[in-house]
Amino acid sequence: MKKTNLSLLAGALVLAAQGASAQDLTVTSFGGAYGAAQKEHMIDPYVESSGTNILFEDYGGGVAEMKAQSESGNIQWDVVDIEVIDLERACSEGYVAVIDHSILPPGDDGTPASEDFIPEALHECGVGNIVWSIIFAHADDAYPDGGPTTIADFFDTEAFPGKRGLRKRPQVNLEWALLADGVAPEEVYETLATEEGQQRAFDKLATIKDDIVWYDSWSQAPVLLNDGGAQMVQSANGRIFAAIKDEGAPFTMIWDSHVYDLDVWAVMEGTEKMDMALDFIKSATMTVPLSGMQDVAYGPTRKSAQALLPEDVKQDLPTAHLDEGLKADGIFWADYGESLGEKFNEWLLQ
Amino acid sequence: MNKFPEYFTIWHIAGHYALRLMAYLVLAFLILPILVIIPLSFNAEPFFTFTPGMLSLDPDAYSLRWYNEIVTDQKWTLAIRNSFIIGIAAALLATVLGTIAAVGLSSPWMPFKRLITALLLSPMIVPLIIIAAGMFFFYTTFGLVGTFPGLIIAHAALGVPFVIITVTATLTGFDRSLFSAGLSLGASPVKVFWDVVIPLIRPGVISGGLFAFVTSFDEVVLVLFLAGPEQRTIPRQMFSGLREQINPTILAVATLLVALSIALLVTLEFLRRRSERLRGAE
Amino acid sequence: MAGSARDQRRLAPEDARNAAREIRAQRVRAFLFVTPLLVFIGFAFVAPIASMLFRSAYNPTVAELVPASLEALAEWDGEGQPSEAVLTQFAVDMKRLANDRTSGQLAEEINRNLPGTSSVVKSTARNLRRVEDAELASNGAALLLEANDAWGEPGIWRALRKAGKTYTTGYYLTALDLEMTRDGSIQQRDTQIYLKLYGKTLWMALIITLLTLVLGYPLAFHMAHSSTSRANFLMVFVLLPFWTSLLVRTTSWIALLQTNGVVNSALIALGLTRQPHEMLYTQFSTVIAMTHILLPFMVLPLYSVMRGIDPSFMRAALSMGSRPIPAFLRIYLPMSLPGLSAGALLVFIISVGYYITPALVGGTDGQMISNIIAFHMQQSNNWELAAALGSLLLFLIVALYWLYDRFIGAGNIKLG
Repeated sequence: MKKTNLSLLAGALVLAAQGASAQDLTVTSFGGAYGAAQKEHMIDPYVESSGTNILFEDYGGGVAEMKAQSESGNIQWDVVDIEVIDLERACSEGYVAVIDHSILPPGDDGTPASEDFIPEALHECGVGNIVWSIIFAHADDAYPDGGPTTIADFFDTEAFPGKRGLRKRPQVNLEWALLADGVAPEEVYETLATEEGQQRAFDKLATIKDDIVWYDSWSQAPVLLNDGGAQMVQSANGRIFAAIKDEGAPFTMIWDSHVYDLDVWAVMEGTEKMDMALDFIKSATMTVPLSGMQDVAYGPTRKSAQALLPEDVKQDLPTAHLDEGLKADGIFWADYGESLGEKFNEWLLQ
Repeated sequence: MNKFPEYFTIWHIAGHYALRLMAYLVLAFLILPILVIIPLSFNAEPFFTFTPGMLSLDPDAYSLRWYNEIVTDQKWTLAIRNSFIIGIAAALLATVLGTIAAVGLSSPWMPFKRLITALLLSPMIVPLIIIAAGMFFFYTTFGLVGTFPGLIIAHAALGVPFVIITVTATLTGFDRSLFSAGLSLGASPVKVFWDVVIPLIRPGVISGGLFAFVTSFDEVVLVLFLAGPEQRTIPRQMFSGLREQINPTILAVATLLVALSIALLVTLEFLRRRSERLRGAE
Repeated sequence: MAGSARDQRRLAPEDARNAAREIRAQRVRAFLFVTPLLVFIGFAFVAPIASMLFRSAYNPTVAELVPASLEALAEWDGEGQPSEAVLTQFAVDMKRLANDRTSGQLAEEINRNLPGTSSVVKSTARNLRRVEDAELASNGAALLLEANDAWGEPGIWRALRKAGKTYTTGYYLTALDLEMTRDGSIQQRDTQIYLKLYGKTLWMALIITLLTLVLGYPLAFHMAHSSTSRANFLMVFVLLPFWTSLLVRTTSWIALLQTNGVVNSALIALGLTRQPHEMLYTQFSTVIAMTHILLPFMVLPLYSVMRGIDPSFMRAALSMGSRPIPAFLRIYLPMSLPGLSAGALLVFIISVGYYITPALVGGTDGQMISNIIAFHMQQSNNWELAAALGSLLLFLIVALYWLYDRFIGAGNIKLG
């Protein structure tokens, strides 16, 4: 008995030591259909070519987890996929590192990276990954006589009863509230910067508060529509696209007042695996991996990758609907994310 | 042949059966929710519900695909490995320290017995969220957050109360004069401890260790706060699965865990009977 | 033991001394056995709790970020716009913070004292980031006011000075929905959040305790007065859930209660309802799942007490014509009280601090105090407030534990 105990202990400790010293790169993204596309086109090819093992983690977005790691000094992620709406904040608060863009390889057609990437894709702290959009969608069977078509309909619970799934954060929800309340798209962020404008947005949101189902991560949006937890959901366009395309889900996507944005790859400040992380980003943002994001209807951030897309796919990309949409403002959210976040949470608990 | 006493009226008898019915309904409430996930885990579709095919017992509606997922998905295999590493190490640490301490605690001479017992049992009572927050602050200063040693220490602290309780229970039936007898025969206290005390209290030690293992194996709050991506455990993986993307892999894992708890239950029952036999004199 | 004292009186003095020494040695030996574990628990458990208590009143962030500005601000009388020297010093600090990328931390801390100001701090830092040092030194005050006119108001400076205090009771006040006014008196905050949540948590814990009692009592009664083999067999059905992972049991409730879940499907199939009911992600689902999870904690102590009650008392009362309910209330119930109070207090204590189940099935209105602590730890990163909320919860639990230990004895907890 004694001997087995001791050898068990020794064995467990050895395993523990091995586990702790594993040289894996931790890459964090949003999971679901998008994560699957990234795994296929970015993660797996890199693992194969470099031999580096990658732990591919999911998170729900936002800066909170990065902030916790940064402020406690326990840096656990190396590379993170981040929405530009949050990037400015993460960058100005020092959670993600500044990236030297000269390391990026040219496009497959030979165009230097600085010209190949669309301008917004080369941020001080990140390298562009996709152009995507936040839209809303409804389940077809919920509205047999014709579903909602505008953002105002989303806020109209009388004409269109049913639960609405929204991501549990102020970003985009407040923009939508103002748009539905009649604020012109170009004045949304101006209005939201004022006390009255914020109140107006919260008041509008309050009109549907009882019908909102809050969710934490993008991958829950199609699930909610699917299992009847909500009749309309806010979603990243690719998730609904993938559900319709791959599983034949009876959903309809509405592009009115969509909020479009970029996603970038960024590196956690303070990671011990900086070189490995940059090496991964170089590989993941080359022309071919980027063009693979069309699987989930996200536009690539390199012009050379755009050229690889078939014509019919382009209709499903956010870039075909820019005139109906609003560009997410990362600088606004860098300044107001903190205070609106607190306000939002107090409002939720009221 | 009425088994009821004569003074029982019809209402007494009705009450008796109503009580019995109530007891069985409560038992059903306890056990059915756990059993319901077992068939669901063989669902061929990526849903959490019974499909029409499953209800009509169509063999095609059932599959092992979610079990296959567990063994092929790196996240689950890593989580399983981590759960066992952390669980075994934490249980051993808690059992060794807890058993030695229980011997001291059950001595009639132990000073501040009540206070110290209450202190050592308190990890069982303090809400996990408070422990987790405190450990996050304190372990950070020692670089223990996001490491295996950090989690092992944390889980061992949670397991200690169970070891203390089970081992002290076995020691109450333990004849302390055996210890003195061993010493008077010239053996060292350590030797007496190993050769006399341990064999007698072994069932208590093992069941305490099992409790500590299960505590760690089932624990998720501390893992949420203290583990990095490399220390993900099974419950942690289930937690994020339930929050982010519900799919029947979680049900397959849950079914395996139910099987594991049945095995544990049987083991513990066996140990309890053995312990009763060993202390059979009373 | 009583005998040994009498024996000692008859012993010779040196024998008595030897005996006393022997007892001391025994005490030391017993204590030495416990020492390794005490040291371990001290490090692994007690010190973390202590550090949380400390954290709830200690926050050096601002004092470390802008020490020079705070020092300059110490002279200010709290009225009107601070002197130009203060503004210039702060402008210089802001540029440094912007370039170190730590302005966000300052913004967050000030925002807690004066909501809405984090955008002022951050946009100012952004503005001053690229200004030359020389210009900042000569014209800093004007640049600061130009970046945002809020810097001309006293409110933001008061907030800064308040945030600059290293030790504060402010987080406890916030945790109790209170705030300190300028003249030092304490008043209620505009938004009442946490007290309501504590109240709701206690209320839910009470409901869960009552439900486990109502369900557990008849079951324990039936088991306790069945034959041993039958009781052991039924015990398996109580112990299996007890031993089954918490996550598994929570998963079950999600599968049962979701919109297209087992319960709704069954209700529709039976024709009892046509529309599925919203049951998951509500307070209802939290209460029912927690009742299921905690029921064994009620049944086990009840059973072990009831097993020791001689049923002949009840029988005697009934045979003498007492009606069942009065007989039960006056004879059986008092005898089962130790098990009842042990189970109820245990269930209550555990449910007050519960986190996982409400987090997974609670939605927005099923959240309990633990969830808001986790929220401030992980989402809003207000660790000091989380610590203050946690400390209050801890005091509550310790008080309950003290009651438990006093009336039932912590050492009497039985397992299985």
